[in-house]
Amino acid sequence: MLCLNPHAIEAGQTMNTSEKTRIVGAPVLRKEGVQKLLGQALYVDDISREGMIHGATVRSTIPRGLIRSIHYDERIDWDAFTVVTAADIPGKNHIQLIFADQPCLADGVVNHCDEAIVLLAHADKHKLREAMAAVRIEYEALPAVFTIEESERREQIVWGTDNLLKSFLLEKGDVDTVWANAAHVVEGEYRTGAQEHLYIENNGMIAEWSEAEGVTVWGSLQCPYYVHKSLLAVFDLPENKVRVIQTETGGAFGGKEDFPSTLAAHAALLAMKSGKPVKMVYDRMEDLAATTKRHPSRIRHRTALDKNGKLLAMDIDLATDGGAYSTLSSTVLSRATLHSPGPYVCPNVRIRSHAWATNTVPYGAFRGFGAPQGIFAIECHMDEIAVALNMDPVELRRGNFLHDGDTTATEQVMREPVILDQLLERALKESDFYAKREHYARENASSAVKRGMGLAAFYHGAGFTGSGERYLNSIAGLDVTPQGKVRVLVANTEFGQGTNTILSQIAAEAIGIGYEDVEMAPADTRVVPNSGPTVASRTSMVVGKLIERAGLQLVAWLREESGLEERYSASEFFAACARYGAAHGEVVSLCRYEAPPNIYWDDKTYRGEAYPAYAWSIHVAQVAVDTNTYSVQVEDFWAVQEVGRILNPILAGGQIEGGIAQAIGYALYEKVILQDGHMVNNQMTNYIMPTAEDVPPIHIFFEEIPFQHGGFGAKGIGELPHDGPAPAILNAIRDATGVGYHAIPLMPEDIFAHFIAHEINVETVSA
Amino acid sequence: MSTFPAIRFNVNGEDREVRVAPMKRLLDVLREDLGLTGSKEGCGEGECGSCSVRMNGELVNSCLVPVLQAEGASVQTVEGLAAAGKMHPLQEAFLQCGGAQCGICTPGMLMAATQLLSVNAHPTMTEIREGLAGNLCRCTGFTRIFESVIAATAKNREERIEEPAHAR
Amino acid sequence: MRGNPDAHELIAPGNLDSVLELLAKEPSEWTPIAGGTEIMVAHAAGRLGAKKLVSLWGIDELRFIKEKEASITIGAGATFRDLRAHPGIGVKLPLLAMAASWIGCIANQSRATLGGNLVNGSPAADSSPALLVYDAEIELASVRGRRRIPYSAFHTGYKRNAMLPDELLFAVHLPLRFAEQRHYLRKVGTRRAMAISKVALAATAWLEDGLIREVRLGAASLAPFPMRLVETEVALLGRALNAESIQLACAALQKEAKPIDDIRSTGAYRKRVAINLLTEFLTALATEGQGR
Repeated sequence: MLCLNPHAIEAGQTMNTSEKTRIVGAPVLRKEGVQKLLGQALYVDDISREGMIHGATVRSTIPRGLIRSIHYDERIDWDAFTVVTAADIPGKNHIQLIFADQPCLADGVVNHCDEAIVLLAHADKHKLREAMAAVRIEYEALPAVFTIEESERREQIVWGTDNLLKSFLLEKGDVDTVWANAAHVVEGEYRTGAQEHLYIENNGMIAEWSEAEGVTVWGSLQCPYYVHKSLLAVFDLPENKVRVIQTETGGAFGGKEDFPSTLAAHAALLAMKSGKPVKMVYDRMEDLAATTKRHPSRIRHRTALDKNGKLLAMDIDLATDGGAYSTLSSTVLSRATLHSPGPYVCPNVRIRSHAWATNTVPYGAFRGFGAPQGIFAIECHMDEIAVALNMDPVELRRGNFLHDGDTTATEQVMREPVILDQLLERALKESDFYAKREHYARENASSAVKRGMGLAAFYHGAGFTGSGERYLNSIAGLDVTPQGKVRVLVANTEFGQGTNTILSQIAAEAIGIGYEDVEMAPADTRVVPNSGPTVASRTSMVVGKLIERAGLQLVAWLREESGLEERYSASEFFAACARYGAAHGEVVSLCRYEAPPNIYWDDKTYRGEAYPAYAWSIHVAQVAVDTNTYSVQVEDFWAVQEVGRILNPILAGGQIEGGIAQAIGYALYEKVILQDGHMVNNQMTNYIMPTAEDVPPIHIFFEEIPFQHGGFGAKGIGELPHDGPAPAILNAIRDATGVGYHAIPLMPEDIFAHFIAHEINVETVSA
Repeated sequence: MSTFPAIRFNVNGEDREVRVAPMKRLLDVLREDLGLTGSKEGCGEGECGSCSVRMNGELVNSCLVPVLQAEGASVQTVEGLAAAGKMHPLQEAFLQCGGAQCGICTPGMLMAATQLLSVNAHPTMTEIREGLAGNLCRCTGFTRIFESVIAATAKNREERIEEPAHAR
Repeated sequence: MRGNPDAHELIAPGNLDSVLELLAKEPSEWTPIAGGTEIMVAHAAGRLGAKKLVSLWGIDELRFIKEKEASITIGAGATFRDLRAHPGIGVKLPLLAMAASWIGCIANQSRATLGGNLVNGSPAADSSPALLVYDAEIELASVRGRRRIPYSAFHTGYKRNAMLPDELLFAVHLPLRFAEQRHYLRKVGTRRAMAISKVALAATAWLEDGLIREVRLGAASLAPFPMRLVETEVALLGRALNAESIQLACAALQKEAKPIDDIRSTGAYRKRVAINLLTEFLTALATEGQGR
């Protein structure tokens, strides 16, 4: 079939890797694609277990307070229900993540609205609503904190001793010696809002419990071993008595990184108490109200420049709202910190960053993991500086870009090639940036619709931050089935981004067999080793490399021990595997993570190699601002990026386009409205994501510089595209209207408010 | 438990009969009573289109149809797209062009695309966008979905998409 | 799914007379359900109060569009797909065709009915501004007979209307005397598709010898229900269309519009955008001279 996909062709043309591959780099079809297209893929809500009953959650209605009593109304026949509270937890009442401050079920105190207090289960799911309404919880309300500013004031201490979930201080050079002699000092404050993942499949889990087997859960999740670890603590069970199986997962974006640990524990507690399989599937209203979102942020920049626009000092004050419990706030803050100086060289940098506790649903992982917040601020700020210095924002950036050999704010030396100049040239050319900008500047004067062009430059660090991958110590590999298939053994999950496909490609390529000769082992903790979480754009680079090594290792073993010749066919390979299996009992090749050489990171001073590799990108947005309705339409979008080797051009393109669309929502459409800490627009009707009519044409271009420590040269790709659109769009709005907006989501009402406050007199012109 | 009168309709060419509460949603009847779990629930309020099916040749959100209103209707779900073991040209195009990522919106998206091509064999980009606007996809940014539909129409030029008899 | 299907009765008598008899026998007991695009949403959210529902879906007597020389009559059960597909509506009542195309998405348009849109009575109802400026009449049916009221008198308050408990909305009559007039309709939502309007304005006008002889303005989301902007119309009638009269009209609208702050937008935004849309319409009209 003819596939009209110009981007795949563009990607192919820019390939400059010297290594010839057969399968890696080819647009092979999605491994589980046919099942999905036939409607046969089984998501958690499509699965039923013998004797299964349904669970539901009674949640707090206040943001903060003491639980005085729980009353079960007599109109309900409670014998027909399974009821679970914190008192039923056999192990520790906490969700084990980085810290253990978040209870599995609230016990005596609630710290945010919609916190789980009581669990109910019944065979008839329609009976649950009435029973939930009949659980009356009496509280003694305590004053609550809802914003970064309220938390900073510490009038109410809602977490720990000081409301501070985490802080970092990063220093390079000495910023304070610079201000006095700088030609220019430019300040700015930038804010980003919460964002909901809005995966189309809500969170869901099925759990079973038996004395012999312990706890088994099936569910929609990203990280089987995170859930596993958390269940061990809640149930106080040994590792072999907890089993976590991922079902087909309908989108995640970070939203199924930490939250499934809570839901799995809830379903499993009900299963243990009832002795029956229990299904808990949230509806959209519950998922929106009760699960994690992207951290809101407030970032202040103070920047010194010389008379030519060279950066001299950057002083950055970064604050995030972490919500009621620590969850992943510390690592999100870390990534936000490390991305907040942007892709620029600056001799003096100070970043002070703080994650604050508030009485809202804990914020959690979301594609980009702090980087979109940091990059929004610096990339809007660069345009603010350009205005202050009367410089072209393109030239301001170009004059400060990082190059090979330069050092970042953590004094990491850029040892790999950095081709920002090349990416920028390509982006300017493909978008016809200058010509359009001039054209619109002329046209806008006589039009009610103002058009403009904006740009953002950024990097995204691939893999875990700093020493993270060393702590993870991942193990992954391959085995060979009796049916003659190579199986990829990883705990890394497929949720649309293409894990199954790219890891199969890597295995096939490394071994020298066909893509169809490789299959994925189920993401079941009883079957696959802990290859780390499926997060942080690490799967292609880190896990891919493990699979590449495991494949090469297997071939080497077969050559040494099982008579595999230098050149071989797939059938000769599998015959050798059979001989190896006969001798060893099984054919399993596992590899453990090895850090690239010369990597140094100091967790205390935040110095050294923050990331093993960086993906680089330039985004260009073309917008139209309607001065009658104050609404913004992104009309066209260009993304040029270098993400290492492209393993599969169709999947890579899909990652970039999907990330950009999601980030357009972040910039212009998606607003989480909280009232007293409760999300009040918790419906898809009122939490607005862009539709097929709102997303612009997206033009993507890849440059490829293989990274030798990533799977067949890959770096990270999944999060990168979420970083650039918001600042590129706001910069384009500035170009169109002359107004620099500093906060997202930027809704028409915000633009209107600014127009009114500044009495902007727009000539209304007839259509 | 009260017994409900029979409600009969045709699904993917097969006559079916259910005895359920008449206010039960068609979506739940398909999934729970008829075992057709291809249609998904994303929002329960007709916003996301994951539950889209075709009823008497029109696209509907099955979460908003009380099953009594399907009495006597012909319903086509994603399970009824492939015929005789061969994928529908749209399914083939989505597979080739990367139109499906996580797959949860895909069944509804395919039904909306089928509806579009059934009334307009060669839609413009604007018409494709409008035809799919009720089906939210969070993974793809829609770009490759549009390309998939265009690819299917290109194939359509050669083969013509054959409308299964039961889809009307 | 928060509602319990077992807790609601739903019957489908299949013809209009049976429905009317039911409404007469037990007034206020029965809630009609047509395409379900509102009621089923409430059902899923667990806030459907109605225990007894009677289905109008599939009653052919309600699903029709009749075109005569001087009018088009649309059955309450006609869907917005029906409206969009009807050639007469597209040509002679273009604002209504346009409004129909902006309702939700294709799947909503295949189920949502004109009658349902009006009886639901949302302040943001998409079809209302067009019906208001086309001088629509509503025909109500009951066992007692039929009666007609101007659509502008149909809505009486937030989610309240002039129907009696035993009445059913039967049809909407639209006189075809606006083809020669200038038309305008704009809906403003947060996104292009699947949007609930934050403000919408429809207008028809007729200029003669440079004077505004007729003008009708219909708005959504500026009041507790869709309404004609009568005071703004009065400010324009009989005047020459120029900067001064446009200014007067905007001042009138500033007074007449009483939008609220809610989860979707702010009253101030809605009011200002309505004024901008009015200005856009009137300016275009003025620029084109003898607007016909």
